[in-house]
Amino acid sequence: MNNSTTGLSGLNLSSLKPSTEPSNAGQTAVRGAQVRTMDVVNKGLARRHRSESRFKRLGLAAILLSLAFLAVLFVSIFANGYTAFKQTFIQLEVFLDPLEIDKENLQTVNYMGLVKKSLTTIFPLVKSRADKRKLYGIVSTGAAFDLQKFVQKNRHEIGNTIQIWVPADDDVDMLMKGHISRDVPEAERRMNDTQIAWVDHFIDRSRIKQEFNTIFFTGGDSREPELAGIWGATCGSLYTLLVALCLSFPIGIATAIYLEEFAPTNRWTDVVEVNINNLAAVPSIVFGLLGLAVFLNFFGLPRSAPLVGGLVLTLMTLPTIIIASRASLKSVPPSIREAALGIGASKTQMVAHHVLPLAMPGMLTGTIIGMAQALGETAPLLMIGMVAFIVDIPTGFTDPSTVLPVQIFLWADSPERAFLEKTSAAIMVLLVFLVAMNGLAVVLRKKFERRW
Amino acid sequence: MKKVCIAVFVLVFGLISLGLGNGFASSSRDYISVVGSSTVYPFATVVAERFGKSTAFKTPKIESTGSGGGHKLFGAGVGVQFPDITNSSRRIKKSELEKAMKNGVKEIVEVKIGYDGIVIANSKSAPTFKLTRKDLFLALAKNVPSGNESGKLVPNPYKTWKEVDSTLPDIKIEVLGPPPTSGTRDAFVELAMESGAKQFGWIKDLKKADKKAYKALCHTIREDGAYIEAGENDNLIVQKLSANKNALGIFGFSFLDQNADKLQGSFVDGVQPKFEAIADGSYPVSRPLFFYVKKAHVQAIPGMREFLAEFTSDKAWGDEGYLTDKGLIPMPESERKVFHDAVKTLKPMLLSDL
Repeated sequence: MNNSTTGLSGLNLSSLKPSTEPSNAGQTAVRGAQVRTMDVVNKGLARRHRSESRFKRLGLAAILLSLAFLAVLFVSIFANGYTAFKQTFIQLEVFLDPLEIDKENLQTVNYMGLVKKSLTTIFPLVKSRADKRKLYGIVSTGAAFDLQKFVQKNRHEIGNTIQIWVPADDDVDMLMKGHISRDVPEAERRMNDTQIAWVDHFIDRSRIKQEFNTIFFTGGDSREPELAGIWGATCGSLYTLLVALCLSFPIGIATAIYLEEFAPTNRWTDVVEVNINNLAAVPSIVFGLLGLAVFLNFFGLPRSAPLVGGLVLTLMTLPTIIIASRASLKSVPPSIREAALGIGASKTQMVAHHVLPLAMPGMLTGTIIGMAQALGETAPLLMIGMVAFIVDIPTGFTDPSTVLPVQIFLWADSPERAFLEKTSAAIMVLLVFLVAMNGLAVVLRKKFERRW
Repeated sequence: MKKVCIAVFVLVFGLISLGLGNGFASSSRDYISVVGSSTVYPFATVVAERFGKSTAFKTPKIESTGSGGGHKLFGAGVGVQFPDITNSSRRIKKSELEKAMKNGVKEIVEVKIGYDGIVIANSKSAPTFKLTRKDLFLALAKNVPSGNESGKLVPNPYKTWKEVDSTLPDIKIEVLGPPPTSGTRDAFVELAMESGAKQFGWIKDLKKADKKAYKALCHTIREDGAYIEAGENDNLIVQKLSANKNALGIFGFSFLDQNADKLQGSFVDGVQPKFEAIADGSYPVSRPLFFYVKKAHVQAIPGMREFLAEFTSDKAWGDEGYLTDKGLIPMPESERKVFHDAVKTLKPMLLSDL
């Protein structure tokens, strides 16, 4: 074939190898035209290569730029927030005065009084009212609750002097973490020299330590940064997402199956389809207003409840799930359906036994992406009262609660300096959840996806 | 597959029935519901948290909806689905009270909790501003009087502070402040700009002659870029001020108090915003903070009386109470007694009080 002199292959050969000897006159003429084309091609070749590498470089630059932004975001969040995972504690020597503690009624004991007494025994020279207030301020108001818990657990200790670690005040915490500088003049500091001297007293006797901040992961919201935790918001997010998942997954998949497998193609199904696509683009705040009007005002469901939050987020995520599910149903080859019908399966059997199992990984991926979107949503929850200060950890679907992104928003707005690191730490927790959910989606797709 | 389907449907219907059941059974609520101003929010939340931890009652739920939004929700009616208390960084408006009364909220108890200073602050590394309210009006109003001629207005021509007042530094006017939806902005406009404008005799006379024109003149902030709306987040303004030495920012006193190592408050009419100066009233730009209680709910919702008692106790709002640690400026003792008694007797306010 290579040596054949038929027109086409000869043309191709000569264009590839312009140095080959011409074998006859006819070919020479053709080759002349070829060489000229080659010149044109060669002339432009450098330019085309340049433009190609330029295009590549631009694309690479775009990716690097976005990676750089991402890195800056992560680094700044991490740099601001990693200190929040540590918390300063102070060890106090508390005399559990049997005269002060009514063994019958441990609820009503003045535990803060006991803590205060322990501080004044360490610093007996502090006399004035204002100074005493400052002295009492170096431990958190949570100290009293910790002591109460201790006494309730260890009744036999009443009458003894005990050592107890209690959380330090947020200002002490900031000082220990270096967010309050000792170098600036006294008047410009949150803590004056005497307060710092008190803290140094504890440092010298190693009665102050930084520990992993369990309060942050187990506590509800608080206005004292050292007592504030995200467990309340996490529970609220879980309840909300559970409601949203249980409603949007079955409804979304049923809708997708009906539209894809059963619905006749007529004007009505077109209208439905267009509307679903439009709903996916509606700003989420609109769903919040809808929720306010329908669920709260018409049905009279309670404000600030995860139930209502879940309902609103269901409305918001439904279009996403429907569209993803339909796409995944569409990707199941028609041959599967035909084969099932061909051996006598009914349409329902065909869908339930063959199409749905094959489309399920795609549907799950769509659902998880939709849920991740719902996890990060605050705007619709604003309208239904979930932007609120809630201390108690929600225990059900109708308890008042808030969600993670709202908690971040509320902390970002708080004046106390220590909330800055809490905000970043909460963002990290939210990001971990999002990455985990998206990771799950990827794993499911990788594991179950079948290519045709 | 079948099992999964059945499980999912059972869950869904269970949830829906649970939701509806609860919805219709929401005739009782065992926690206090509070809505309203984002300025009062930091104080109300502290009281709520202490109340929740020290008593057997549940911790009240506090929503930050803004003063106007709070009054709207609060005045919508009597019943457990409506909030019990609304916080407000300004006094209730007559129209709001009328609307509430029309909706059946006949008896509302007004409680003033203290004062909040609005500060004009800048970075510590910049010179301290010594402003007057007239300066603020001239620097920030959309239209300003031209010369001494009465009645003549020109679009604000001032570009630098020195042009406003020759004693001020030669720095471009750049003020970061809250947007119009904010109560802080309302108070700033009223307390600083309006009082500054009144120092022009003819503007003062205008108030009687044409109230609308007067309000438009005093309350309209310039829109040519010198005043930058920085959103409701005061922390954001604080951060922007530390980055930009030439800018001034307008926000609540508690944020200055927490960031005293980075920011300094400007003098207004010769007084610097300090705790004592706001408490004794010598700092001119300060406003009272309120909350409003539905009398009908005090009996119906458990813990209401105790929560009100906690809020109005000296250990909370007193001179050395824990609210002052959070930046609330306490009322003088005599005034505290008046509102303490109002809470005790639950004396409702009348339309004629406004």
